[in-house]
Amino acid sequence: MRLTAVRPIAIGVVLIVVLMATAVEVQRVRDRSFPLRSIEDSSMYLTSPKTARRIALGYRAVAADVYWIRALQYFGGTRRMVDAGETITDPARRQYAALYPLLDLTTSLDPRFNLAYRFGAIFLAEPPPRGPGRPDLALALLAKGLAERPGHWEYMMDIGFVHYWWRQDFSAAGEWFQRASETPGAPWWMKSLAATTLAQGGDRQSARMMWEAIRQSAEIDWLRHEAERRLAQLKALDDIDALQAMVDRVAAATAQPVLEWTPVMRAAGWRGVPIDPTGTPYEIDERGRVRLSRSSPLWPLPADAPRIDQAPSRP
Amino acid sequence: MSGTALMAANVFRESVRDKVLYNLVFFAVLLIVASYLIGQLTAGQDIKIIKDLGLAATSIFGLFIAVFIGIGLVSKEVERRSIYALLAKPIERHQIVIGKYVGVVLTLAVNLSVMAAALYLVLAYMRWVSPENVVRALEAPALDPAMLKAVGLIFVELAIITAIALFFSTFSTPILSATFTFGLFVAGQFSGDLRNFDQVVASPVAVYVARGLYWVLPNLAPFDIKAQVVHGQPVSAGYLALTTAYGVAYIAVLLTAAVLIFSRRDFK
Repeated sequence: MRLTAVRPIAIGVVLIVVLMATAVEVQRVRDRSFPLRSIEDSSMYLTSPKTARRIALGYRAVAADVYWIRALQYFGGTRRMVDAGETITDPARRQYAALYPLLDLTTSLDPRFNLAYRFGAIFLAEPPPRGPGRPDLALALLAKGLAERPGHWEYMMDIGFVHYWWRQDFSAAGEWFQRASETPGAPWWMKSLAATTLAQGGDRQSARMMWEAIRQSAEIDWLRHEAERRLAQLKALDDIDALQAMVDRVAAATAQPVLEWTPVMRAAGWRGVPIDPTGTPYEIDERGRVRLSRSSPLWPLPADAPRIDQAPSRP
Repeated sequence: MSGTALMAANVFRESVRDKVLYNLVFFAVLLIVASYLIGQLTAGQDIKIIKDLGLAATSIFGLFIAVFIGIGLVSKEVERRSIYALLAKPIERHQIVIGKYVGVVLTLAVNLSVMAAALYLVLAYMRWVSPENVVRALEAPALDPAMLKAVGLIFVELAIITAIALFFSTFSTPILSATFTFGLFVAGQFSGDLRNFDQVVASPVAVYVARGLYWVLPNLAPFDIKAQVVHGQPVSAGYLALTTAYGVAYIAVLLTAAVLIFSRRDFK
């Protein structure tokens, strides 16, 4: 190629680069002067599953994927803001109000979206501020999944988990575990889980057994990490019981309420304050009760979660 | 008359011959029918809804004109083989590209002006027949001149769309050009989300990629001030100026690239 032919191209390319840089700079100035609004990802676009199914035409599965991704972003984004200590001004966002409608749309568009039922139920049941604290909606979502696939033992097991962990209705949980264990394809440990829950539901040992079973059988990292977190919470509950006994002993010995760790550390010969499984120090409140720090990734503990007073559904 | 002006006048004449201006009749009928129907269906929001509908229709009609004329500007000449006759004339290739672009923008300007005038006429009629208490309750005057700000930015946005269509037209087929142009139009509406991607994704790589796309893709969302003007919210002159300046710079990028490609193209 001759030099005379190359020159106009080079000039053109340089011109494009300069003009593009100008466009970017003007945009930067405008964004600085008139800041962009943050992403309103709580907007639903469509709220009726029936309409969504019609509009999606032959692309329902893809539309379901889009809504599932939006549900994940909505839940994960809100949770990230909570974990980062950011103030969420929108009360609907604080209550994760769009989560159930997003999951409902997802599962209406693709009624066999297994993950949306199972993970969706976990998200919905998570107590505030790290979730909406709606085990009732978690049960409704799983019931929808079970209506679509009546022989799916995983949904029965998940319903049992919601009853067990979030509603502390151990007899309903045991009955659902029992039903799951009788379904073809259920793992062997389901029977022992059902038996343990029915016999001694509510004790930490059966809870530990339940989460250990999930941890070992989980095929997805997220679920395994969730089970590990729950196991760590159970460990924290054990720790708190042991520490409370120690605090009470020191208080009785000194005939004074214990409101800080120093006298306990002195009495027990510890070098530092006791820490939870994530490394966050435990706290003593103004009544001398040992508690988990609100800054701990394990907060709130299941015992602190609000109970739902509605009558639980039975299988 | 220069080559560029001749080309522009020719494109405008051709669009008139192609019955493009018929859309103005559709627009007028749409507004008249809508104003009657909305009067039956709503209570007190007629003027607001007509404004929404009129501005949205202006934008959509303009979009179709920009895309469907823009994509054929060069490729149609090549398909019909009339490009050879054009190149044989004493006119530079860059004049052909710029002239064709100016012609479409002129067509859009005439269309938008007439549509805006029709919208104001319908609104004037509705203002006249509306009860005084309904008019008093409006967030913005029925014949609010601020609506021209929205029309102005719609015009700049459509000028960008035309430049995108022309750019693709210089090297691609009309169908592909239309697909790419509509694709960029849709992407351009969501580019604000790319800028704020860090709010929903933790991965720094994904955030950098999204941020890069935000700067490179046409950012069309800021051109949409329809809701603000209808609700009577102020839109500053600074905002209008910066958004227009961005549009002009982006158009210049696209036209330069289109000229560069068209100048190097071998039609043998």
